[in-house]
Amino acid sequence: MADVTSTAAPAAAKASRKGLSEGWFAWALIAPALVFIGVIVAWPLVETVRLSFTDADLGGENWVGLANYEKMLSGAKFFEIVGRTFFWMVLSVGLKLIVGLIGATLLNAAVPGRALFRMMIMPPWVIPIAIGCIGWLWLYNGQFGFLSGMSQRLGLLDGPFEFLAYKNSAFYSAIVTDVWVGTPMVSLFFLAAMQGVNRDLYEAAWVDGAGRWYRFRRITIPQIMPVIVSMALLSAIWTFNSFEIIYILTQGGPRGGTTTMIIDTYKTAIGNYKFGEGAARAVAIVVILGVFSLLYLKVLDRVNKHYGVK
Amino acid sequence: MLMDRYTLLQKIGIYAAIALFLTFILLPFAEMFRTSLSPMSHLFSQPYKIWGDNFSFQAYSDMWVKVPLLGRYIWNSIYIATMVTVITMVFVIPAAYAYARLDFPFKAMSLGIFLSVNMFTGAVLLIPLYRVMRTLNLLNTYWAMIVPGVAFLIPTGIWLLRGYLEKIPKELEEAAYVDGASRLYTLRRVVLPLATPGLIVVGTSIYIGAYAQQYLFAVTFNQVAELQPLPAGLNQFIGYQTVEWNQMMAAALTGVLPVMVVFLFLQKYLVAGLTAGAVKE
Repeated sequence: MADVTSTAAPAAAKASRKGLSEGWFAWALIAPALVFIGVIVAWPLVETVRLSFTDADLGGENWVGLANYEKMLSGAKFFEIVGRTFFWMVLSVGLKLIVGLIGATLLNAAVPGRALFRMMIMPPWVIPIAIGCIGWLWLYNGQFGFLSGMSQRLGLLDGPFEFLAYKNSAFYSAIVTDVWVGTPMVSLFFLAAMQGVNRDLYEAAWVDGAGRWYRFRRITIPQIMPVIVSMALLSAIWTFNSFEIIYILTQGGPRGGTTTMIIDTYKTAIGNYKFGEGAARAVAIVVILGVFSLLYLKVLDRVNKHYGVK
Repeated sequence: MLMDRYTLLQKIGIYAAIALFLTFILLPFAEMFRTSLSPMSHLFSQPYKIWGDNFSFQAYSDMWVKVPLLGRYIWNSIYIATMVTVITMVFVIPAAYAYARLDFPFKAMSLGIFLSVNMFTGAVLLIPLYRVMRTLNLLNTYWAMIVPGVAFLIPTGIWLLRGYLEKIPKELEEAAYVDGASRLYTLRRVVLPLATPGLIVVGTSIYIGAYAQQYLFAVTFNQVAELQPLPAGLNQFIGYQTVEWNQMMAAALTGVLPVMVVFLFLQKYLVAGLTAGAVKE
């Protein structure tokens, strides 16, 4: 640095160093992650596509062309399952966002005890999903469970009610559990976003006489909208693929009442050893989610522009 | 501040709503705890009784006898989640840095590929994944549960950490770089120390993900009882005749307690960190 005679040299060296190696350096940093995902996710995905054109089972596999897809698409059952999956996703994500937004707002309120309340919403998120499901399984038990027992004591029910034994009640019970698992994380992300909103905005509005509800509607919501929208997409994908909750509570039953696409895929491939037919269903999930995500990202782009986020 | 002051009625409303919200969140835990204290005869008594005078902590000592490997399962869960977190971070840190700081060909496209991994879950790819694990000779080892866990957490990790790294002032790096430091040295000695709060938040999120989703890979890729994580190990309380519900609940609560306590206290940093990081844009 003290060498005055060659001031141009370091700059030139820097430029060439940068120009030559930035791209390579970047790829060297990314390569390990990319290779790892390539082996553990991308390759199995390619294999899944290949298997979907075969009749693979425990015995072996033969090329069968589009037969698996034809079989899958020819029955009414498949479309019923797709419809149910979307209903499951929309209802559960909607509830997670609404409950999460209300929860975040409550936890953001400046009342004593706030720090404690924020801690108390963590548990469903940080424990293994399977363990939370065991808790709900017991709550839903008709003979000995809390919900059925309490409802009888309070006179809401005449006798024991098995929540997971009927198509509709099993479906909505699984939704409640899914919302329970997903809400804490949504709440904390919304809470974090709310705390990131510039307080000057609220104060300016307050000085102008704006009420709480007005400030919430006109400042909080627009300010955290980008987070809401991206959380909605992530949550939608996870909920669409929600496996453990349904599988532990109902295994997709009763009589298929809680069978979503992911459960159907698992049962076909693992339960009935029809690897080829299962793979076709897996491909269907990927295609549907891919199209859904692309459409959604288009919307997200527009929302971000609308709210002036770069 | 004056703006934040509530009337008494508003306060009551807020507390009532919080109570309702927390009831929903904590109900399963309360019920699990109540069940863990109940003798089996109480659980199966009719009509339904909430509280009995014969409640005790008996199940908390019986469970270790009924399932001798319980301590091992609890440890396995923590071990697997820790390994997944450490390995994921090793992959995530360099990649996140590249996306935050460097310009290179196919940047947007490769990031898109990473993020699209979010669309798959283990359950969709189970059969080929099983074959990959078999080819790599990883079935029935800890790695069978660690490796897929890492793969599915890398994308979220990159996405979260990139947000933090973008917020670190570029000038510090450029200064080190002009002084002749290599890129790798700059990353290690300048960027990472500054990113510590972000690393903690991202690491915590990954740990939660790794701890929460241990069931499917464990029951599919591992048959060795000694290696099972807690969620899979709890199945042992399900007998041929009866399910030892009280002991199962006692074991579940005891098993998650260490991790839960840590996270309850990390919550504050997590929320603060999420504010500073990826959530902004």
